[in-house]
Amino acid sequence: MEILDAVLPPLAATLRLATPLLLAALAGMVSERAGIIDVGLEGKMLVGAFAAAAVASATGHAVPGLLAGVMAACLLGLVHAYACVTLRGSQVVSGMAINIIASGLTATLALSWFRLGGQTPPLPPDARFLPLVLPGTEALADIPVLGRVYGTLIGGQTALVYLALALVPLSAYVLGRTRFGLRLRACGEHPAAVDTAGISVARLRYAAVLIASVLCGVAGASIATAQGAGFQRDMTAGRGYIALAAMILGGWRPWPILLACLAFGVLDAVAIRLQGVELPGVGQFPVQAVQALPYLLTVILLAGFVGRTVPPRASGLPYIKER
Amino acid sequence: MSAAPATLPRWVDLALLPLLNLALALAITALLMLATGNDPIVALTALAVGSLGSADAIGYTLYYATNMAFTGLAVAVAFQGGLFNIGAEGQATMAGLGVALVALNLEALPAALLVPMAMLGGAGLGAGCAAIPGWLQARRGSHIVITTIMFNFLAASLLVYLVVNVLIAPGSMSPETRRFAAAADLPLLSSLGLPSSAPVNLALLLALLAAAAVWLLVWRTPWGYGLRVMGQSTEVARYAGIDQERTTILVMALSGALASGVAVNELLGAQHRLLLGFTGGYGFTGIAVALMGHNHPAGVLLAALLFGALTQGGAELAFEVPDVPSEIVVLIQGLVILFAGALGNMLRPALLRVMGRAGR
Amino acid sequence: MPPDTVAPAIELRGIDKRFGMVQACRGVDLVVRRGEIHGIVGENGAGKSTLMAILHGFYQADAGDILVHGTPAIIRDSRDAIRLGIEMVHQHFMLVDRLTVLENVLLGAEGGARLAPGAARAVAELARLGDAYGMRVDPHAHIEDLPVGAQQRVEILKALYRGAEILILDEPTGVLTPQEADDLFRVLRALRDRGCTVLLITHKLREIMAVTDRVSVMRAGRMVAHRDTAATSVAELGELMIGRRLAAPPPRPAPRSGPALLEARGLTVRDAAGMERVKGIDLVLRGGEVLGIAGVAGNGQGELLEALAGMRIPSAGEIRLHGRVVFPGRGFNPAALRRQGFAHVPEDRLRSGLLRQASAADTAILGYQNDPAYRGRLGLLSPDGITAHGARLMRDHDVRPGDPALRSALLSGGNQQKLILAREIERDPAVLLVGQPTRGVDIGGIDAIHQRLLACRAAGKAVLVVSVELDEILALADRILVMFEGRFMGELTAAEASEQRLGLLMTGVTQDALT
Repeated sequence: MEILDAVLPPLAATLRLATPLLLAALAGMVSERAGIIDVGLEGKMLVGAFAAAAVASATGHAVPGLLAGVMAACLLGLVHAYACVTLRGSQVVSGMAINIIASGLTATLALSWFRLGGQTPPLPPDARFLPLVLPGTEALADIPVLGRVYGTLIGGQTALVYLALALVPLSAYVLGRTRFGLRLRACGEHPAAVDTAGISVARLRYAAVLIASVLCGVAGASIATAQGAGFQRDMTAGRGYIALAAMILGGWRPWPILLACLAFGVLDAVAIRLQGVELPGVGQFPVQAVQALPYLLTVILLAGFVGRTVPPRASGLPYIKER
Repeated sequence: MSAAPATLPRWVDLALLPLLNLALALAITALLMLATGNDPIVALTALAVGSLGSADAIGYTLYYATNMAFTGLAVAVAFQGGLFNIGAEGQATMAGLGVALVALNLEALPAALLVPMAMLGGAGLGAGCAAIPGWLQARRGSHIVITTIMFNFLAASLLVYLVVNVLIAPGSMSPETRRFAAAADLPLLSSLGLPSSAPVNLALLLALLAAAAVWLLVWRTPWGYGLRVMGQSTEVARYAGIDQERTTILVMALSGALASGVAVNELLGAQHRLLLGFTGGYGFTGIAVALMGHNHPAGVLLAALLFGALTQGGAELAFEVPDVPSEIVVLIQGLVILFAGALGNMLRPALLRVMGRAGR
Repeated sequence: MPPDTVAPAIELRGIDKRFGMVQACRGVDLVVRRGEIHGIVGENGAGKSTLMAILHGFYQADAGDILVHGTPAIIRDSRDAIRLGIEMVHQHFMLVDRLTVLENVLLGAEGGARLAPGAARAVAELARLGDAYGMRVDPHAHIEDLPVGAQQRVEILKALYRGAEILILDEPTGVLTPQEADDLFRVLRALRDRGCTVLLITHKLREIMAVTDRVSVMRAGRMVAHRDTAATSVAELGELMIGRRLAAPPPRPAPRSGPALLEARGLTVRDAAGMERVKGIDLVLRGGEVLGIAGVAGNGQGELLEALAGMRIPSAGEIRLHGRVVFPGRGFNPAALRRQGFAHVPEDRLRSGLLRQASAADTAILGYQNDPAYRGRLGLLSPDGITAHGARLMRDHDVRPGDPALRSALLSGGNQQKLILAREIERDPAVLLVGQPTRGVDIGGIDAIHQRLLACRAAGKAVLVVSVELDEILALADRILVMFEGRFMGELTAAEASEQRLGLLMTGVTQDALT
């Protein structure tokens, strides 16, 4: 029982913390598989978080907030697609611009609208995504191990956690087994082949960027209205970049991305647990070391010291018909 | 594509387009203010007066512009070699560590030695923090955009750890070191006769010198020629026998050293101690500055001045109009990056048409 | 049915297409009968590929009409073309390397939102087509694992799977060995015999004679003649293509065999992917001679040239310049070789030899930027000096327009090449390597460039020319090495060489078998 007490809460926290990462990393995957690098995951998550919190606070319900978050992220996504696909501008520059715009815009709007120093009002329970109590929790509660696992790890998560987890097999299926997935993959590798097959590269890339935006919006909503209870300035705190790292570590494939996100979630949960813990000989536990681990792992992987990751060949390149 | 490789007159490219992009960014910001029930005229006036309306305001504008000139040059010089350095923020962070380590440990030295040593310490760590991604790009093929992003976070984590756990001033509640020795202070320009209470200091002159040096190096030396060849095409550089690994690592080191100017201006010139978050996003502003300045030192200086004014004006604006935070300047910066960088092709065709008609 | 009563498969009337300053097609008319193999010949840049890209919807014509099977057709994009049964096999394959054959075939013709049902149908259909035309491929193989010839078969299968009635092939044999080309022609005849219309674009007259029923000739964007293949000859087509009688190469003085300036022994070179592309070759280049290296594109010539120029590090062997070993050794790189009297005009000037966005004057110092001649005060580069140098070089070598401030990309292909050649021979190098000297150069420019190279030979320089154009090799070289799959198949003197003999060596027949 004591082991369960020690293990279950961090595991449940891992799932919770991994959810926005997973959503954003899958977003980056969809976008890059179509050939559009998305450095702007962070910014889209941030506007998603703000819009979700603002609307949830205004309406008192979580679902309208979620929809607003998705729409706000999609607006930024449209800007990104217009810049990268229609105007063939630099994808990295556009993504950075979106991140900076999102930071300034949300801070400005938050102060103007709510006058709380850049926050939204704290959300009441109804305006948030709350942990669900799965059917049968009570019935199983008395069974020694299973009851606890079912109640606090499998159950007891918000709807967005289940949604994010369900998206992993779904996106694997769509990428691998459907017409859309085939075209998406081809588009990120060799857009001219897609074009000459009579398929619009621009339309595919717009679709991919928008899907990515929807996922970012959900990720943002999950930060502000499921994990948290309202918006705070720059509350995504670099998760968009960690998601980018998870996407790279996962080799642009859904299942490995899930693993990477769970690993980062564990690190995050551990870092929270060990905050302020004194270690013999070391002194206070260096939480920053754990927090820096995802970035360090990504650099090491990119350097090719362990394994090799190969991004989609045409990602980052605007599609221009050559003479 | 089928469009003719038409070009715009130089003055349009260098002056009109950046101004149009800025105007667009300001227009969108003004619309946003209208939408939130604020008067954009009042706000923009506050912005202008706050940045240029007094000697103090101008002093602060120059002080902020100094930071942006350094990071703008850092981004621009890497861009000339075709490298997108998003890591100026992290490089400036590491430079701050270098500056502080020298300033705290060699404080017995006289100012004439201590200041240059501290600057060297900052430049060294800044250069190192940029050269590693450069090396990874050159030797291992790791995408420099991603590695520099990751290094920003690595540098930030390291700084937090060291300041909070190791370098913190004994007994201090806030995460900062003790004050550096007075010998490590860069002279303020006010001490040289500038009638301003702003902490604008000798680092401003250093930034101007750095811009001149970058111009000479990139446009007037064979090494700079090779750098620009590499920026245009790595294939051509290979044919021409330019050592691309070396050039990549060197230019990134140079870029990081330039970014270290932020640490010099902030820590030696104004704060006189190492504290968290002193880089204040200048590394990212540097991207906007470089893009708007066409990656040319002269353009970078002008753009830095503009963004310095925006930052100072934004602070005043937040003070004057309580419902508008100073972060609105971040929004304007982001919009300029968007218009000048990513949407750079939006206005061009229309301008070409207008110019073509006018020319006929 | 007699052919005249059936509407032609394709009829083009007055097609115009302009790219900026360049008029790629002007008033082009063309009639392609149903069920024939129709060749379109012309030199590089004659407008063949543009015309076919218009037919396939990659570009749209500025003016003119397209009729498909007698009905006016509007082809805005590839989708329109595919709907009309027009499919194209591009010179650079439109295959996604990391996908399987099956996935590539399905792309755009998936037959439903889920792949599985369509995939099952496609596997069966691919097997049937493979049997019918003798081109079986494993549908589950990844494209990147297939040899070039097999990739081309996938392209054709892809077209047939989508129901191609009209198949356009753009320079299909450029990357094929002669055997593979023969296989391709067999497939094309089989397609014709089953009612398919085939349009074959090429600049190789031999292929036209071998496989087509009728042929149309393009020159400088215009259609200049249509002929029944049986009623024409290589000589006539050649004259039509060039617009004048093919002159015999001008007589040259015998080579003055000078000292060996460049030698390679057992040279082995791998490409970026690690494939061995040059397999232990030996060569000796002497002063006062032109050594030609002939061969079908992609047989290792490019890698050999890059290795000799220091751009690519060989994996084995030895290179000597002026008798001194330069490889293996430190400082084996293009810059160091240039300092030792070595010059190199690259095969692909747009990719490697030219700063497209920079001025002609900047392009004119590329690779020589460390020369003190371009320094002014304080040892800094002198813009005035660089401009003056560019102006002089352009004047001396008749590069037009002679404006050193002009962006390099805005020069015509011939003038770009003249500028690069001028830059490379300006310092009087002892050894000059030239890849594809006249690729994409207009006819007037070809002559000027050939004269320049022969002048270098007369001046005692050692000149190595790599070209896929046999005419060019025959016009320039004193000795000819024929390269095939990374090896030299044999060496011929100018006197011994003929298109026939060279052609056989290029197919991989050894010289011993020839004699």
